[in-house]
Amino acid sequence: MSTEFRTPLSRARGLGSAKHGAAHWIAERVSALALIPLVLWAVFGVIRLARADYDTAVAWLASPLNAVLMILLILVAFWHMQTGVRVIIEDYIHKMLTKSVLLVANLFIVTLAGALAIFSILKVALGGAL
Amino acid sequence: MTDASGAPRERPKSPHLMTGGFGSPLLWRWHITMFTSIAHRATGVALYIGALLLAGWAVALAASLGETDHATYAAYMALLGSPLGKLVMFGLTLSVFYHLANGVRHLMWDAGTGLDIKSANFTAVAAIAFAVAATLAVWGIAAMTGAL
Repeated sequence: MSTEFRTPLSRARGLGSAKHGAAHWIAERVSALALIPLVLWAVFGVIRLARADYDTAVAWLASPLNAVLMILLILVAFWHMQTGVRVIIEDYIHKMLTKSVLLVANLFIVTLAGALAIFSILKVALGGAL
Repeated sequence: MTDASGAPRERPKSPHLMTGGFGSPLLWRWHITMFTSIAHRATGVALYIGALLLAGWAVALAASLGETDHATYAAYMALLGSPLGKLVMFGLTLSVFYHLANGVRHLMWDAGTGLDIKSANFTAVAAIAFAVAATLAVWGIAAMTGAL
């Protein structure tokens, strides 16, 4: 016998077609599209800066185009990888507590690292004014 | 059903990877699309670490703004430029190009094309070939421009 006292309608609410089920799926694909040019740009940036001295790296990141593209790369890449790893966790981890801890850790790690990166980029780009 | 000895006869097993393991006759056949599927996840996780390294680079750059010798940035770049750092960067280059190419495959499938076996096998080989070729090209360019 079930110990579930909620009505079948109550249990089903929010789980079915609420007309926003595809939004997450579509957003992951749109972020993938945006990452194609951003990542190719970033690869050339890495080659450019691998052996460059500190002042060259600062000047490169301080240019408006590079600063904006780098911030967009961080935003889109971190969002994309958060959703990707979220799906991996949901696929392989079925214990409620472990799954919840990993999902929250995933969200917190990308948020913290992403915020640190964006603040650092702005600080360098704005000449240490922040 | 029993055989002459009376013991229950072993039932035929489904030819799945886990019933026999690698190289087992129970494994139907190793498909390249199996590799590309799991490699997409593996490279995705690798790039997660790569993105954190990128964030670390930005933080190190900003942290060195107030330092006369830019020691934090120099230490971070020395770490990435060490033999182990270069190995990680090579793996990340391979992961970036593989995940990108295979991601395009996924976008094609989402658009409803290339789902037949022949196309899927062809694009699997193409994605791996692109990843290897692009990685060698990037490291070739890096070597020629003195970035290594």
